[in-house]
Amino acid sequence: MKGSWAAIRIIAKRELSAYFESPVAYVFLVIFLLLSGFFTFTFGGFFERGEASLAAFFNWLPWLFLFLVPAAGMRLWSEERRLGTIELLLTMPVAAWQAIVGKFLASWLFLVVALALSFPIVATVNWLGDPDNGVIASGYVGAALLAGAYLAISCLTSALTRNQVIAFILAVVLCLALILVGFSPLTDLLARWASPWLVEAVSKFSVLTHYDGFQKGMLDSRDLLYFLSVMAYALFATGVVIRNHRTG
Amino acid sequence: MIKVENLSKSFGSKRAVDGVSFEVGKGEVLGFLGPNGAGKSTTMRMITGFIPPSAGAVSVCGLAVQENPIEVKRSIGYLPEAAPSYTEMSVLSFLRFAAEMRGLRGEALRSAIRRVVELCHLENVLGQTIDTLSKGFRHRTCLAQALIHDPEVLILDEPTDGLDPNQKHEVRTLIRKMGESKAIIFSTHILEEVEAACTRAIIIDRGRIVANGTPTELKARAATGKLEDFFRSITRSDTLAEGAA
Ligand SMILES: Nc1ncnc2c1ncn2[C@@H]1O[C@H](COP(=O)(O)OP(=O)(O)O)[C@@H](O)[C@H]1O
Ligand SMILES: [Mg+2]
Repeated sequence: MKGSWAAIRIIAKRELSAYFESPVAYVFLVIFLLLSGFFTFTFGGFFERGEASLAAFFNWLPWLFLFLVPAAGMRLWSEERRLGTIELLLTMPVAAWQAIVGKFLASWLFLVVALALSFPIVATVNWLGDPDNGVIASGYVGAALLAGAYLAISCLTSALTRNQVIAFILAVVLCLALILVGFSPLTDLLARWASPWLVEAVSKFSVLTHYDGFQKGMLDSRDLLYFLSVMAYALFATGVVIRNHRTG
Repeated sequence: MIKVENLSKSFGSKRAVDGVSFEVGKGEVLGFLGPNGAGKSTTMRMITGFIPPSAGAVSVCGLAVQENPIEVKRSIGYLPEAAPSYTEMSVLSFLRFAAEMRGLRGEALRSAIRRVVELCHLENVLGQTIDTLSKGFRHRTCLAQALIHDPEVLILDEPTDGLDPNQKHEVRTLIRKMGESKAIIFSTHILEEVEAACTRAIIIDRGRIVANGTPTELKARAATGKLEDFFRSITRSDTLAEGAA
């Protein structure tokens, strides 16, 4: 078990340094910080809310991440396939799942770092007022889990193709679907046609439904379980896709 | 040390490898010859455990590849066709990654890197990004990766492809030298290479072995005594083969 963790760490380390050896990481961080600040302080109604909280910031994240996370994850496996390095990686003494988990963890860590860099917003709120920092902390936990779920889906789509653009688009579409099944303007509309319990049941699968709990400061194990299962399913499917390529 | 029994691989309805059997012992260098599309790379990918066979079995150092994939991969060094590498990394960090993946640490890692850098003449490009290297250097970087853990078994898919004549000569000499203490399979479609580096050669055509012997034996089987004529007499060119299929 210790040996398998060592391999995961080495793979994750290489993946993480790959982000920072190319301009991708810096471009990503700058865009994320600019856009999250912009949405928070303009469309988010940060000042109009008249409350000291990060709701303006967190409300936009599912939409901002919808594009940024697939952009960060699209290269994970499609690049390995394009370069042919997948053949090197999988003929080294590691199991495919270790490579999948290692690469996933590296990108997730990168996204968590990006999230952490939004701390000036937290500082501003604390300076302007007296927010509930417990709620803010739980909001960040939810945001990190959301990023992980989107990322696992991007991992899957990038294993499907060696074309990063296709991987990106597929990931956006899948993540969008996971948002929309619980997006209230849409579900309210649907409730007129379908039976309310059906709409309700379907919305249980939405990332929004589970993300909202964290934003209210409620740490519910079911929400946690939801995000962890999305990640587990998507990574498992990634493994199946990679095995199928090799089987031909 | 390498034992291949009745190995077959189909992609859909296409049979890329069809009932191939052979053995390679320690101290042997096996040349794997055949026209493009003959199934050389596919066979090598099955030996290294990258793709599973449709039928048949491979064992390396007495272990079945399908049952003990990780153990088997430890004892193999592999240079895939076209010598892929992480092009955004520097040569040194790429080799360090390969060494760490092979379980090397500390002084063992440093001396392993020194050894392969010297063997593959990479001293002057260590800090360079692989992206910016010429094809010859890229190729040798990937070769260095295959040698980093001093494996007992080497699988080299077209190790001299894309090298200039001097580099080709050097790689052949290296293969012959390493072959004294390892089991090596390398594929090529350059026939002189077989005479220069192999103790034995297998010719494979459309997934089947059509000849197996020492270079001298194979040459003797051609009326003209030339390996090239023998090769041409028993294999079909790519275009003909596709037409017949
Ligand atoms: N992943 C794959 N899917 C479908 N066909 C393949 C695949 N890999 C190889 N083939 C086919 O198998 C045959 C043998 O290919 P290969 O082993 O690469 O030949 P060689 O290395 O001798 O040139 C070729 O006809 C090739 O088109
Ligand atoms: Mg080939």
